[in-house]
Amino acid sequence: MLFFASYKEGVGSGQMDVRLPIGAKVSDLISELHSKGGNFSCLPDSVVVAVNHVYSEPVTTLNDGDEVAFIPPVAGG
Amino acid sequence: MSFVAIVRQPIKPSDILQRVGGDEDGASILFVGVVRNHNDGFPVKGVRYEAYEKMAKSVLEEIVMEAQSEYGTDRIATVHRIGDLVVGDVSVAVAVSSHHREQSFLASRFIMEEIKKRLPVWKKEFYLDGREDWTAGITPTSVLITEPTG
Repeated sequence: MLFFASYKEGVGSGQMDVRLPIGAKVSDLISELHSKGGNFSCLPDSVVVAVNHVYSEPVTTLNDGDEVAFIPPVAGG
Repeated sequence: MSFVAIVRQPIKPSDILQRVGGDEDGASILFVGVVRNHNDGFPVKGVRYEAYEKMAKSVLEEIVMEAQSEYGTDRIATVHRIGDLVVGDVSVAVAVSSHHREQSFLASRFIMEEIKKRLPVWKKEFYLDGREDWTAGITPTSVLITEPTG
């Protein structure tokens, strides 16, 4: 998992690994992080996620080695 | 012949403009985004841009491809800078050339608006009074993920 900007500061790390059951979806990962609470409570209920550099949906199934990035509201330009 | 880059070094706008244009084009546009010295009434001394670099490059390429398809010109150069910038530094430059001016105006506007909406780049502002804060930003709405309830 990758965290950027305000999420990185809130979580306290920019990168960490997570183990999930086979067949887990993006929504399962988000639910797990919210259930952990603590620093992960900085992640909003509605959070944008990219899997392997592509914006993804809650139903996206995760595979071993996937790079999951949590994307705060963007502010380029 | 489009050109896309996420860079850490200063952007020289004239270099970006030189990447477009040609004998067939009657119009060239250069948009330059610059760090300003205020935001929401507070004096700003500088900003820091952070990016998910690998994804930002691919999203920028995607935006430029869409502009090419929609506005019919492939003479487009887009560069976004990341890292620490001070007031007056160029943060982004978009150059477009086309047969007629309308294509260039529309394509450059489209690219900048899409950068604002979906490029995974974040900006922290540093204020003269010592405070610092992440700019509120825009949530890429087409991909909003809401945790299931119940």
